[in-house]
Amino acid sequence: MAFDYNYYLRENRLPHIWCPGCSHGIIAKGILRAVHKMGWEKDDLVIVSGIGCASRLPGYVDANTLHTTHGRALAFALGVKVIKPYLKVIIVSGDGDALAIGGNHFLHACRRNIDINLIIFNNKTYGMTGGQTSPTTPFGSFTSTGPYGNVENELDPVAVGVAAGATFVARTTAYHVMQMDKIFTQAFTHKGFSVVDVAGDCWTAYGRKNSFKSPVDMLDVYKKKCVKYEQYKKLSDDEKKDVIPIGVFHEESRPEFVDELQLIKERAMKELNK
Amino acid sequence: MKNHNGNGKLNGNGNGNGNGNGNGNGNENSNNQQEKLADEKVATIVNPTFPKAAFKSGLRLMSGNEAVAEAALYAGCRFFAGYPITPSSEIAEHLARRLPQLGGYFIQMEDEIASMGAILGASLAGAKVMTATSGPGFSLKQENIGYACIAEIPCVIVNVMRGGPSTGVPTKASQGDVMQARWGTHGDHPIVVLTPDSVEEMFWETIAAFRIAERFRTPVILLADEAIAHMRERLFLPKPATVNVQGRRRPRRHTGEYSAYQTPRSDIPIMPNFGEGYRYHVTGLAHDETGFPTGDPPVIEHELVRLHRKINRAFNVIVKWEQYFLDDAEIAIVAYGITARSAKAAVNRLRDSGRKIGMFRLKTMWPFPTRAIRALSEQVKTIIVPELNMGQAVLQVERSAGDRCRVIRLNRVDSELITPRQITKIVKDL
Repeated sequence: MAFDYNYYLRENRLPHIWCPGCSHGIIAKGILRAVHKMGWEKDDLVIVSGIGCASRLPGYVDANTLHTTHGRALAFALGVKVIKPYLKVIIVSGDGDALAIGGNHFLHACRRNIDINLIIFNNKTYGMTGGQTSPTTPFGSFTSTGPYGNVENELDPVAVGVAAGATFVARTTAYHVMQMDKIFTQAFTHKGFSVVDVAGDCWTAYGRKNSFKSPVDMLDVYKKKCVKYEQYKKLSDDEKKDVIPIGVFHEESRPEFVDELQLIKERAMKELNK
Repeated sequence: MKNHNGNGKLNGNGNGNGNGNGNGNGNENSNNQQEKLADEKVATIVNPTFPKAAFKSGLRLMSGNEAVAEAALYAGCRFFAGYPITPSSEIAEHLARRLPQLGGYFIQMEDEIASMGAILGASLAGAKVMTATSGPGFSLKQENIGYACIAEIPCVIVNVMRGGPSTGVPTKASQGDVMQARWGTHGDHPIVVLTPDSVEEMFWETIAAFRIAERFRTPVILLADEAIAHMRERLFLPKPATVNVQGRRRPRRHTGEYSAYQTPRSDIPIMPNFGEGYRYHVTGLAHDETGFPTGDPPVIEHELVRLHRKINRAFNVIVKWEQYFLDDAEIAIVAYGITARSAKAAVNRLRDSGRKIGMFRLKTMWPFPTRAIRALSEQVKTIIVPELNMGQAVLQVERSAGDRCRVIRLNRVDSELITPRQITKIVKDL
């Protein structure tokens, strides 16, 4: 039987706001399939977002959903998770939301290792506001605020995530749907902070400005350029320049934040009752 | 039809044994929900306990900041997120030690904005929450304070005012945030701002702040003065059972998908906590009673008007002031916070020399007691408004008094306090 997406959706909130050709829907469906695979109950599922196209996703999902301020989803989510550790918390965030205005929270969520899953809908632009330059916009490409070409270097959320201490860091793409399902499930299973950078596309606001004839053209890039991380490691520095590594980059086990808070409580109570 | 046991055990005022109106497989797990909520990690937060060993009543010598922190615990606050900033840091430090003893959580966040976000998330999950800051941090928190207004999330924000603008004078007193507290976040919104004048009042007004926040589902700002925050005074710590603490109303019926912002009986929505068997949406976008975004003008207007009405109708419950020797007064001093202490001393001295003078002390700054000030302006010939700023509360006093009496400003912004002598001098020169 086909997967019943409607079970997880608020059908009366559809259609969604995403443009034809947008890859957010592909990623959203991947999340729902992984939630199903995990066997998470809707009552226990919390989806938190900031502001942007990706951040509209929570509204469509039948769960505890929280659409916060721009960049601050991680902060709100921390509050929810600490108070009710049994809740399964997923954050959906765009590249601008997670890495520009929310960049500081991203660093510290990684460092803190709280058991929350951050999924970055990385379409390399601010789609909702009309395709401005984002922290992941490729150098030299054209945007509505970079009409002569982007002169800033891209931020790699995977490298930053690893450096900042996230205990699960992966990248997948909207093209590699089978791998996406697997990685989401791994991320959700992982105890600790997990970051999944999902390379996607915004044809309407970004692709058209950069000579992509169709959304399919954009996905085609991932088809051609992506290599598995294991193979990527074996490539020469020159070869690495023209490919996109995908897969799980880092996984380790470290004390989880909410668990540690429980230990602190025990310590404090013991001292009090002494 | 299934039997739903949402939050029965935990929720004092809502035995969630309502009938699930079966939206199919939506609520399969709600029988487990009660078990999850009864977990000690969750239960002591959502329904705070007051262990005897943790609350020792009796007379204390305490600073204002310590009093605020301790009061939060009495009010049932079990989650605090903050960021170090002078002159409010002692609140965070005190709670870092105290909250874990009570099964609560202290989190030092990466910045002021995150602190504000974290308390809102925790509040939605069912905790009573607080953060504390000072001017620069208060500015940074403003966007999320607006979020708390429109999403109707109970929370208490302590702003221990310091000299500004910008980094200003971090260790000295100022009352420069009166208007920021009112209008700091963008958009048209109601807000509640309390201005305590002593360590004892810091304690009781913090508890009042939680009562107002929880009852009306609104952010409440405790606008404190550095001088009181760092001053040590006597304070009697009560037994927790004697303190009037407001619980959060929660819905009785369990319906899976839930219209969290419906307000059939009053202007205050009865919202469930996240993770208690209701599934609803929270957004900072203008929304309808289901909580989902709307672009429908009448619905947008209805929401905004309701938010204001919610606070305005509660004026008599929220707004407090103190009248001191006003009965026969011909001159009135309208003051608040630490400046009211000087004003009181000035009134005492001037009364000793036979002047008919009294004080109207604003315990609540916003909503502003416009009518009471208007009545005062009909009685007295002169109102003096001393403030540690260039004139902020006085704008509201002038607006309320109209041309019924003279309003004189007394402002000081050199980082020192207004002295009783400064006030008596003005009166003698009248």
